[in-house]
Amino acid sequence: MIAQILIDKTKLTPAKIVVLFVTMGVFLTSIGVYQPLVEFAGAGATVPITGFGYSLAKGVESAVKENGWLGIFTGGFTASAGGVAAAVFFGYIFSLISNPKMK
Amino acid sequence: MSINKSNYNDYVKKKTPDSPILKNCIKAFFVGGVICIIGQAITDLCIMLGAGLSDVKIITPIILIFLGSLLTGVGVYDKLGKHAGGGSIIPITGFANSIVSSAMEFKKEGFVMGVGAKMFTIAGPVIVYGVVASMIYGFIYWLINIVF
Amino acid sequence: MAKKIGKRTLEFSEKINVISYGNVVGKFEGEGPLKNYFDIIVNDEYFGEKTYEKAETKMQQTALNSALQKGILKISDIDLIASGDLLNQCISSSYSVRDNDVPFIGLYGACSTMALSVIVASMSVECGYSQFAAGVTSSHFCSAERQFRQPLEYGGQRTPSAQRTVTASAALILGKKKTNIAVKRITLGSVIDYLVTDANNMGAAMAPAAVDTLVHYFKDTGTSAQDYDLILSGDLGSVGASIFRDMTAEQGYDLQNKYNDCGLMIFDNEKQDTHAGGSGCGCSGAVLTGYVLPKIAAGELRNVLFMSTGALMSTTASQQGESIPAVAHLINFTGE
Repeated sequence: MIAQILIDKTKLTPAKIVVLFVTMGVFLTSIGVYQPLVEFAGAGATVPITGFGYSLAKGVESAVKENGWLGIFTGGFTASAGGVAAAVFFGYIFSLISNPKMK
Repeated sequence: MSINKSNYNDYVKKKTPDSPILKNCIKAFFVGGVICIIGQAITDLCIMLGAGLSDVKIITPIILIFLGSLLTGVGVYDKLGKHAGGGSIIPITGFANSIVSSAMEFKKEGFVMGVGAKMFTIAGPVIVYGVVASMIYGFIYWLINIVF
Repeated sequence: MAKKIGKRTLEFSEKINVISYGNVVGKFEGEGPLKNYFDIIVNDEYFGEKTYEKAETKMQQTALNSALQKGILKISDIDLIASGDLLNQCISSSYSVRDNDVPFIGLYGACSTMALSVIVASMSVECGYSQFAAGVTSSHFCSAERQFRQPLEYGGQRTPSAQRTVTASAALILGKKKTNIAVKRITLGSVIDYLVTDANNMGAAMAPAAVDTLVHYFKDTGTSAQDYDLILSGDLGSVGASIFRDMTAEQGYDLQNKYNDCGLMIFDNEKQDTHAGGSGCGCSGAVLTGYVLPKIAAGELRNVLFMSTGALMSTTASQQGESIPAVAHLINFTGE
């Protein structure tokens, strides 16, 4: 995967790479490249974090279609609400029940 | 060649072993692929059970996030990450891992300033840049729609 | 009176002796090649406490108590504790001594703290402030990891040049009472920055400081590697150690087979998958008190150069793009 080459070759931290990927996802969706990829690869394109960018971009796109300029503000979070809420919720639950272990 | 302050970084580069790129990439490709296949399987299964396509789009990430969180909670995900690197960081499960691991780690600083505030130390930037980028796109899209 | 020789080195004319020493290490270190040399191996990373920071504090107390017991001393016999660790504001050190009622100097020298604390303690004995003075340090993998890097359960990857923070604490007690280990000379290092910015390659950042201090010592004393049984650097790891060798050779000092690095001794890099080796204050501390000093006491080693190296950056400075400055302090231990 492209990410691994980036990690090994550059000194970028994982956090920066993930940010790069999300932004890339949004960008690729906006120029219309990501949509065919999703149709072709299914989960192969939606599961990576670039897919998160894709759903953000798609969300904004459809919200703008429906609500005009207000959609710019509402679209992204509406589309990604499920994932973010789930991550926050599970993060909270697991912090209650388990502790980090020595590696 | 004498080593001095100005050529030191080049010299260090020569001395430092490179990461085994090919091996890492194969592992990353494999693990990343498997996670995506699991995602696809969940999607297909949900559709088979009669869920609508738009619902499945929400259900699949939630289940994957749950799996990522669970594996983090039981202390397995970091071992996976050690081998798979980008293969397990980039999928949505890695996003869950970054949130759950931060929440667990900073529990000691309390549930408000620890868990609450530190949960997004790693995942925060992803959301920020994702949202900002999508808003920029939304603005351009809106403009285009108006003009044409 | 102690005598300054050359620019950086101090030689003690009246003997400053190592009265006793103690250490405690974590489970992972207790599985390494030096496992039979440590006083206490703790299998629980929390050490029975609620947080890693408290565990590290307790480790310092345990190491000092172990040293006190071996020296048949009470805490009230100690006139000064000089100690430091890696955590912000050196909390492990100051919290560990808060019930002791003993004068305290908190030190920050990153991983160079073992040498630094012993140097401060030896000076306080020499100048008459202390009859007995203790030098203590500690580091803990988990507390360092959460302060400097990432949450423990985060699935990130480490580069081959990355080092693993050692979970250990070590204490030395110094005095003028006769023993068969003495601190003969000390050399303080200056801060050297060769503009390395990669926090996963601390060995490379610290090597130039180690070279600088060692070369100053050799010049000040007119000695060279062949005068010593062992020359030990703190925690340069495999990358740093090999750079260190190259650079000292370039300065005209061949280290022959006398040189080793504590970061390479404490772990089996292959078997334990520790990449470039160990690091942290406890690394050189544990090797010094577990391996080197007992060998001197037993007469197997007579003349040892021990040099702890520290990388002096912070996460804030790193994020702002700053390079990593480093320092190295040297102690010459001699046996009877």
